[in-house]
Amino acid sequence: MLRTRPWVPYLYVAPMVCLLALIFGYSLVRVFDFSGRLIRGASGMWTGFLNYDLVLEDPTFRKAVENSALLLLAVPILTVISLLISVLLFDRVRGWRIYRSVLFLPYILAIPVVGIIFSYVFQLNGVLNEILRGLGFDALALDWIGDESLALWSVLFVIVWREVGFGIVLFLARLMSMDETQLEAAQIDGAGWFQRFRYIILPELRGTIEFYAVVAMITMLSGVFAYVFTLTQGGPGNATQIVEFYIYNQGVRNSLPGLASAVAVLLLLTTLILIAVLFRVRARATEEQLG
Amino acid sequence: MTAAPSTVRARETTRRPGRSPARVVGKLIRQATLLAAGLTALFPIYFMTATALKGEDEYLDDKWGLPWPLAWGNFGDAVGGGDFADWFRNSAIFTVGSVVLSTVIAALAAFAIARMRFRGRDALLTVNVALLVVPPVVMILPLFVLFTQLELVSTYRGVILIYAGLTTPFSVYMLTNFFRSIPRELIESALTDGASHLRVLLQIVVPLSLPALVTLVVVNSLYVWNELLIALVFLPEDELKTLMVGLTVFRSRYNLDVPVTMAGMLLAALPMIILYVFGQRFFIRGLTAGAVKG
Repeated sequence: MLRTRPWVPYLYVAPMVCLLALIFGYSLVRVFDFSGRLIRGASGMWTGFLNYDLVLEDPTFRKAVENSALLLLAVPILTVISLLISVLLFDRVRGWRIYRSVLFLPYILAIPVVGIIFSYVFQLNGVLNEILRGLGFDALALDWIGDESLALWSVLFVIVWREVGFGIVLFLARLMSMDETQLEAAQIDGAGWFQRFRYIILPELRGTIEFYAVVAMITMLSGVFAYVFTLTQGGPGNATQIVEFYIYNQGVRNSLPGLASAVAVLLLLTTLILIAVLFRVRARATEEQLG
Repeated sequence: MTAAPSTVRARETTRRPGRSPARVVGKLIRQATLLAAGLTALFPIYFMTATALKGEDEYLDDKWGLPWPLAWGNFGDAVGGGDFADWFRNSAIFTVGSVVLSTVIAALAAFAIARMRFRGRDALLTVNVALLVVPPVVMILPLFVLFTQLELVSTYRGVILIYAGLTTPFSVYMLTNFFRSIPRELIESALTDGASHLRVLLQIVVPLSLPALVTLVVVNSLYVWNELLIALVFLPEDELKTLMVGLTVFRSRYNLDVPVTMAGMLLAALPMIILYVFGQRFFIRGLTAGAVKG
């Protein structure tokens, strides 16, 4: 550790502290204040928990919470698919490098680009249904994003389609950095593919799996706005309304910042619980590494 | 860390001793799974590219076939119908501005956190890790009110500040981890030779951290370039619109002309695709670096 004049380190961290205080500090304090007011312009009358009451009674908000919760199903789906595919790639199947490049490609496309492409793929007369009809599956040619009971699942599919590339590459990178002597020993001892997966690869990847699951969970709660915005705008009806989109709608389009802030606070508290989980996971992972 | 290419090849031969039927079936299942996944990943991208090259009638006739003759005119229409040049320029300004700002600020802070002793050091790192998970949507309303008062809405510097702020926690976290792995003796001997802290940072730590800095720049640039929500809220004026917001405007303008819409999407996606093709290593390493090590 360097010895310095006592004020030198603070000089180095000062710009960061100022920036974070402005962007995060100010807004995280102020959003609580906003959530208790009837905001018009820069401030407004203190109304206690009125915004919260209004929000909790709003059926659209309930639908948004329900849908955001359903979208969390993407977390296990993403984890299982990326785990499976990364293990297949790790077997050095012929062409695994090409597969890796191709499977990662969706992740580098911007979400609005992805959302707009899929909004045409999924149209009632879109390319997906044309192919299904061409193959004789007329009954399967459904209104993927126009039907209230299907739209959310279509959004979920698009999210998985793009986000899974990151999981695959993450798990594969972890697998390739592991010590493979154990795997070779197991192979020589006649362990089958599934046994090697269950008893060597899975324990080895546990830390990474937990980490990825938490990251994916946070993405699903706070990083899917652009999908909904470009695919469905929350519709049809409120079929794909989610919490993030609800905050945007109420706060920006309907000019109800107080109401939107109440929802933002609820979302933040939910996320704080996730931070606690993240910290516990990380603490456990470090313990394991230290033995 | 990873096996050298020669050992990989050697192991590959030891791994496949025979050609028993079970092995062949297993191999087929693996190839089939990967092929299905690969085609699923590629199909929408193929659809975008093929449609961008079709005439409007040709698209209505056949939505998934190969385009022929190639209708290059769609790209001209797309460029003529959208302000792609402006959108690209704005996105580039926001990306470069905020990534440079965030990287400089984070490098200074990470150097102090990793290599100096002072009160509150651990707390600063903890705060940065905690801020990693704060949803941006939580902050837009108070920030919008504040920025309206400060007259920072619809300005380059205002939105650059927001993006720099949002990417700084990750930058600090990643650079601190990396700076800690630099041998202490290198830094200490330079200091005993009379170099200042800033010189040590610029002439020893930064050159040694180039791989980490490159990957950090990739991750943060991707985030800012692709961001939609903040651009939508803080840049309502036409001449400041970013590419992502522009695309949503463009789509609603050309809703019925799917080939022109897809030509626009392809134009928007192309720079990233080209960067990916030529710099795949950086993308993949950059996006996984923070996670695999930590």
